[in-house]
Amino acid sequence: MATKMQLTPEQQSILNGEQGETMAKVLKTLVMYGEAFGAEKMVPVTSEKGHLVTSFDLKAMKAVYELMDQLIEAGAVSGQPFSVDPKPLDPQVPANFLERLVFKKFMYTQQENYDAQLKKLGLLSENAYTCACYLEEVGNTPEKGDILSWAESSAVVYANSVLGARCNRNSGIIELFGSIAGYVPCFGLLTDEGRKATWIVEVKTEKMPEAQVLGSAIGMKVLEEVPYIKGLDRWLGKELNKQNKAYLKDFGAATASNGAVGLYHVENLTPEAVEQGEKLIAPGAKTYVIDDAELERIKNGYPVVWKNPDARPRLCFVGCPHLTYDQLISWTEQVEAKLKENGRARVVIPTVFTAPPAVVEKFEKTPYAPRLKATGVILSYICPLMYMNNPIAAKKPVITNSNKLRTYTTARYYTDAEILDSITKGVQ
Amino acid sequence: MKTFHGRVIVPGSCEAEALVSHGGLNTLASFQKALQFGDEKATCGDQNNPDLYGREMAGKALCLPQTIGSTTGGMVLYCANAMKRGPACMLFSKPIDSLAAAGAILSDVWTESAMPAIDSLGDEFLEAVQTGDHIRVEANGTVTIL
Repeated sequence: MATKMQLTPEQQSILNGEQGETMAKVLKTLVMYGEAFGAEKMVPVTSEKGHLVTSFDLKAMKAVYELMDQLIEAGAVSGQPFSVDPKPLDPQVPANFLERLVFKKFMYTQQENYDAQLKKLGLLSENAYTCACYLEEVGNTPEKGDILSWAESSAVVYANSVLGARCNRNSGIIELFGSIAGYVPCFGLLTDEGRKATWIVEVKTEKMPEAQVLGSAIGMKVLEEVPYIKGLDRWLGKELNKQNKAYLKDFGAATASNGAVGLYHVENLTPEAVEQGEKLIAPGAKTYVIDDAELERIKNGYPVVWKNPDARPRLCFVGCPHLTYDQLISWTEQVEAKLKENGRARVVIPTVFTAPPAVVEKFEKTPYAPRLKATGVILSYICPLMYMNNPIAAKKPVITNSNKLRTYTTARYYTDAEILDSITKGVQ
Repeated sequence: MKTFHGRVIVPGSCEAEALVSHGGLNTLASFQKALQFGDEKATCGDQNNPDLYGREMAGKALCLPQTIGSTTGGMVLYCANAMKRGPACMLFSKPIDSLAAAGAILSDVWTESAMPAIDSLGDEFLEAVQTGDHIRVEANGTVTIL
């Protein structure tokens, strides 16, 4: 195959089939993918670990699992261990008989076989099923400047923006191919030029903006471009810590799902913005000013897709992307306090908090675990999005504080404060 | 008869009926139900896409700006093509996005059902083409509304 991309002799020999037909096809895919975006060369993947988006065996995706079988048979497995998105099923999460039937008989029919496939391909551990793989408990935190071959939009935007790693918004399968080959085509967010901001966002709110609404507003405005955000350090401070990193996790997931943001810079806070400041802003960058009224306008513009907009919520999800350990503790304390204020012992809407399996394990060993259990909240490692992604669950009135879940499903978005009120008072 | 010229992402030629989405195509939302529940005509299930919702996508010349949504998008498109429920071709007015590129390229390299993909056809292409038009795609990236 003749390529426009400059390949090393090793890459060219793989492409010519010297490591077998399957590896040649893996490389051909990466070369075509890179050439579609003007990549001139491949660069080595330097992170210790990868991350895959496909955590589920969905009958509709049969062709993907057949392709993975081909890879395993040819010995074309990942050269690095990888984490993977959360599991689609957890028996603890409320589901009626019909929902369980759909999950087991029509949707996730071969989940165990798929889990076995992932192990053969290079799965990091049994506990590695989470979208927030970069949390310290999970153990897949890239270094600044690392080149990654990841998918999962919320993880990619976090790794690029908060950790200063370099990764494109890859599709499922492409990310696995990069981990197998050990290199990825160099374009977009892997380059200095591609990391320049083409939007300046001025945050001029009088109160701390809700992470998920601010992210949504910016995502919808800039789409796949890179924003340089001014004025947010007033609320988040000038040094990264556990609290503002959790904020940025939720904010970034909203920018990536409500738009297609793969990287943002927060002035005086995120690593590249601290180092380079306004030099990161490309000439001719456009400006977007956000005040409290703009955030209210954005939030009020979300369509209500419930059949009966006044229906009583039947389920609440908090934790898309998965919660951090500190967020879990904070939510536990807030739910307890609100229940006490409202004279109740347990939440009035079935509520599920979701977190990485390793965070759940850590939390279960603390005195907070029985306290959360006493409020009636269920703690799970499930992917709320996978749970909701079927015609039956889609008809259920579900509320959430996740703008990502709102975007991809029929779940309705509420702020953290509104969610707390709903689950402790029963007021929608 | 109007002719446009774009950049070839996946080469190939075909003739098919146009199906036009003026907004971004959410690949997962559009195809998932059809792939999951045995709909061979791949009826679009994305309620947020008024141009395509309820229309059959299999075998059509899908005309669109870009794709949007989950990073599973490329895999979904690959699966649709492997199951022979994909579009006959995809014609993008803008430069292709990373998810659509992955889907088109994976289909080309790993299945027998390669789907020609042409990008950068320009906004005027999406303004000119209408659902139901007859489209011819040539291997050099020429797209003709017949």
